[in-house]
Amino acid sequence: MTTPSSAQSSDLTSGAPDATDATADGAIVRTENLTKTYQMGPSELTVLREVSIDIKQGEYIAIMGPSGSGKSTLLNLLGCLDRPTTGRYLLGGQDISLVDDDELSAIRGAKIGFIFQSYNLIHQLNIIENIEVPMIYQNFSESASEARARELAELVGLGDRLRHRTTELSGGQQQRVAIARALANDPLIILGDEPTGNLDSKSGKEILDLLDSLHQQGKTLIIVTHDDDVSLRAQRVFHVLDGRIERIDVHDN
Amino acid sequence: MFLLRLKRTVKLGAKSLWMHRLRSTLTALGIVFGVCSVVAMLAIGEGAGRDAQDQIARLGAQNIIIKSIKPPRSDSAKTGTNRYEAYGLSYADVRRIRDTVPHIQEVVPKRLITLQATYRNRSVTVQVIGTASWYGEVHPMRLLRGRFLAYMDEKRQQKAAIVDQQVVDQLFAVDDPIDTNIKLKGDYFTVVGLVAPSGAAGPAGQDAARLKTGGRAGDAAVGNIYVPLSTFKTCFEGSRERVELEELTIKVDSTESVLLIRDALEVLLRRFHKNKDYQIIVPLELLRQAARTKRIFNIVLGSIAAISLLVGGIGIMNIMLATVSERTREIGIRRALGARRSDIIIQFLSETLLLTLTGGLLGIALGLIVPIMVTHFGDMPTVITGQSLIMAFGISAAIGITFGLYPAYRAAHMDPIESLRHE
Ligand SMILES: Nc1ncnc2c1ncn2[C@@H]1O[C@H](COP(=O)(O)OP(=O)(O)OP(=O)(O)O)[C@@H](O)[C@H]1O
Ligand SMILES: [Mg+2]
Repeated sequence: MTTPSSAQSSDLTSGAPDATDATADGAIVRTENLTKTYQMGPSELTVLREVSIDIKQGEYIAIMGPSGSGKSTLLNLLGCLDRPTTGRYLLGGQDISLVDDDELSAIRGAKIGFIFQSYNLIHQLNIIENIEVPMIYQNFSESASEARARELAELVGLGDRLRHRTTELSGGQQQRVAIARALANDPLIILGDEPTGNLDSKSGKEILDLLDSLHQQGKTLIIVTHDDDVSLRAQRVFHVLDGRIERIDVHDN
Repeated sequence: MFLLRLKRTVKLGAKSLWMHRLRSTLTALGIVFGVCSVVAMLAIGEGAGRDAQDQIARLGAQNIIIKSIKPPRSDSAKTGTNRYEAYGLSYADVRRIRDTVPHIQEVVPKRLITLQATYRNRSVTVQVIGTASWYGEVHPMRLLRGRFLAYMDEKRQQKAAIVDQQVVDQLFAVDDPIDTNIKLKGDYFTVVGLVAPSGAAGPAGQDAARLKTGGRAGDAAVGNIYVPLSTFKTCFEGSRERVELEELTIKVDSTESVLLIRDALEVLLRRFHKNKDYQIIVPLELLRQAARTKRIFNIVLGSIAAISLLVGGIGIMNIMLATVSERTREIGIRRALGARRSDIIIQFLSETLLLTLTGGLLGIALGLIVPIMVTHFGDMPTVITGQSLIMAFGISAAIGITFGLYPAYRAAHMDPIESLRHE
């Protein structure tokens, strides 16, 4: 398999980060004893316990585990949608635990691409406009963001239906739009929470192929899944159980 | 950079309004009618008040007017059937006032008579005012042509007359009135000057005319002719011997002393007119009264309008809260994709502001039409002030911000993870 560094990266999905984006040993994502506790009335519910992981630039990571084990919670923390109760999270060398809400939004907007199980497209907008959403908050001009959205739509194979409403698309097509949207800000990491969970096996496979090609172009992927097909494609699989990383499988593909 | 983002976010708001056209229109209607009623009510209130104030103001804020009135029946212990019994103000009163009351600048005596004026073969009813040459100092008049009465006219009992535009219109048609002779009760008077119509000097005279004709205001169309008091005496005396002076206007040196002088005059006159055959009118007092009435009128009308605006504002807030909860998921998506709280606030606030401001503009447009209709069909004066328009627009902006801020704040402070889970 091609190494990330030798990937034929187009300028749309140039995965190579700045030198400053990684910690000294090359980890783009590093957590140190991440703990997440929810206050449920008088009692506390600890969902993540002392999770310490390192993910390098260009890696393809799968996160697996039984329902309720804390996979989504971990992914939300990695995606800067939430802050850990204790512990540190360094994204591209920047300590996320210390920044305020505005800064967190800015980091999400600049460094993270999300793919959701239920696609989460805005149905009032057409395909192009959906792909443009992250770029609005990155201060793209209208013409620049539209041009980029068009290219990304081509890239995910939807170049022929740019002005369609999202409700006119199949699940697989919607997920492609979501992937194009996740690429719009040229993120440091792409996070997927069961991206194939709502799809039949055929369109699920198409999405996975698309993710594979992104990986080959040097993108860093972190995908939560119940699907063994996904984990087989990943380089490392984190097995989560009861809020802990129980085991890490390394695939030699 | 920030501006670019602001522009795009505002555009989002506009777009989503456009997408829900019917809902937006219905929501904005509340503001339209609210602002419309504010503008219309203020115009009607202002019109009603100003009309009264103008009339009074023309009497002069520094003036005190004393009028001769028929003494009340019960007071005149005598039979009261004697039609030629003398009553009212006299030249002696003028002298007494001038000699004893301080702070007085001018005392203008006035005699009035209504009669026929004839020029060539045309004849109209006019009001002849016999007065002094300094009449203009007390009742400002706009001289259009010629001159006003002079001291020499008075001294030599000249048969000089000043006519107002009204008389010119009725009597002269196209002829130049200056230096022509008009016939007033057998005597020929030479027209020496032309003044602006009743606007300037009229109301005082018309007021008197109204008093004489039993309060009917319908005769307002009668023109005025001013002649020297001395001439008036020689030419028209005898016909109206019962009253020596119909009216006396006293100009005081400052508005502060008006009420004091009024009291002094009251004391003085009461001594010599036991039968109460005079009436003191203080325009300043009337003016203040009218201003007070107008203010109350405006407050009442304004409150009614404000309540309708408030209802409109609550309607907007209601819809915006519904919109926010309906679009929870969209908000979560935008937040996950990099929107800051401020971006979400701007998006929703701009929706409300666009609604209220367009509603406000439409309301102003409608509010401008209503007073015109009221004036046209209701025959009521209305005055639209720029101030009220600015206020109405300001209010709709304020409503947009007040009632839009909370829904926008709610939207911005939703937890992104929760919002994404929202169905
Ligand atoms: N906001 C919250 N408040 C309280 N408890 C929460 C909250 N979010 C998640 N949890 C709890 O944390 C635990 C882990 O949830 P999480 O969504 O991470 O599980 P998961 O591994 O993603 O499961 P699934 O595979 O079903 O998606 C669950 O027991 C859940 O009830
Ligand atoms: Mg989950």
